Amino acid sequence: MSETADPARLKKLSEELRCLVCQNQTLADSNAELAVDLRRQVETMISAGRSDREIRDYMVERYGDFVLYRPPMQGNTLALWLGPFAMLAGGGLIWWLVQRRSHLAAQASLADRGSAQVSAPPDQAELNNRRDRARDLLRPR
Amino acid sequence: MKTLRFLIPVAIFATIGWFLLKGLDRDPRQVPSPLINKPAPAFSLPQLEQAGNWSPDSMRGQVWLLNVWGSWCAACVIEHPLLNQLAENKVVPIVGLAWKDVPDNSIAWLRKYGNPYSVVVTDRAGQVAIDWGVYGAPETFLIDQQGVIRYKQIGPFTPEIIRDELLPMVRKLQSR
Repeated sequence: MSETADPARLKKLSEELRCLVCQNQTLADSNAELAVDLRRQVETMISAGRSDREIRDYMVERYGDFVLYRPPMQGNTLALWLGPFAMLAGGGLIWWLVQRRSHLAAQASLADRGSAQVSAPPDQAELNNRRDRARDLLRPR
Repeated sequence: MKTLRFLIPVAIFATIGWFLLKGLDRDPRQVPSPLINKPAPAFSLPQLEQAGNWSPDSMRGQVWLLNVWGSWCAACVIEHPLLNQLAENKVVPIVGLAWKDVPDNSIAWLRKYGNPYSVVVTDRAGQVAIDWGVYGAPETFLIDQQGVIRYKQIGPFTPEIIRDELLPMVRKLQSR
């Protein structure tokens, strides 16, 4: 019966389907007895002229979405599919906020310095501060 | 703003921690069956020790259990006394499906551990088991009067599961 089954299709399908006994292996990788049976089932269905989609559906009807190595995009897997993108967007947003804040802070300090020089005389604390900094710079090492 | 800066990492940590904690008591081997509340797949299989094929159609109008087992299955030995007890108390008819087993071995096993089954069918090729989405033994299905699967136990029954899950379900279905 396996003579007419296209080996390439069998290989492709069994790499997409999970072995239920050894759950982190595909049907193609596993030598568990059930995996052998399921591969034979896939083979039989290919020979019977069923499409890849029909074969996948057959497995999902019996073993659930879990049997698919690539989870389908549907209601209960939205978080799985969109989660990484949401996290990327969240990270991007935080990065943008931080960038904007440091940019604004830099601008604000420039503006402060400008206004201090032109309009208002610096207060006593600021004067003391500048004097100390100047003294530090001039102190011989 | 200062507290927010402190709270964000804590919140992220708590979220990840919560998911990891939840993951601890979930058994990845328990794959929920998509067949629950679906019509039981039809089959016709040879009986063990009796001539002729048997098909689930003959159970129409009854609530019954299909127990998938094999003489090669170690966990089935542990579960078996519970099935014997269910049969003794005539709670519900139990049909045995000898999965990928040599009939002589099945017969010897039943002689040794007792036979709670009203019928035993043999699925040597494992074709019917695949149709029922079986991936390990023992697995037990509860089927209602209309031939719809209502419940599935993966792995051996325990007295607690029988008391808290199976029996209430059986009573509910039988009283309809």
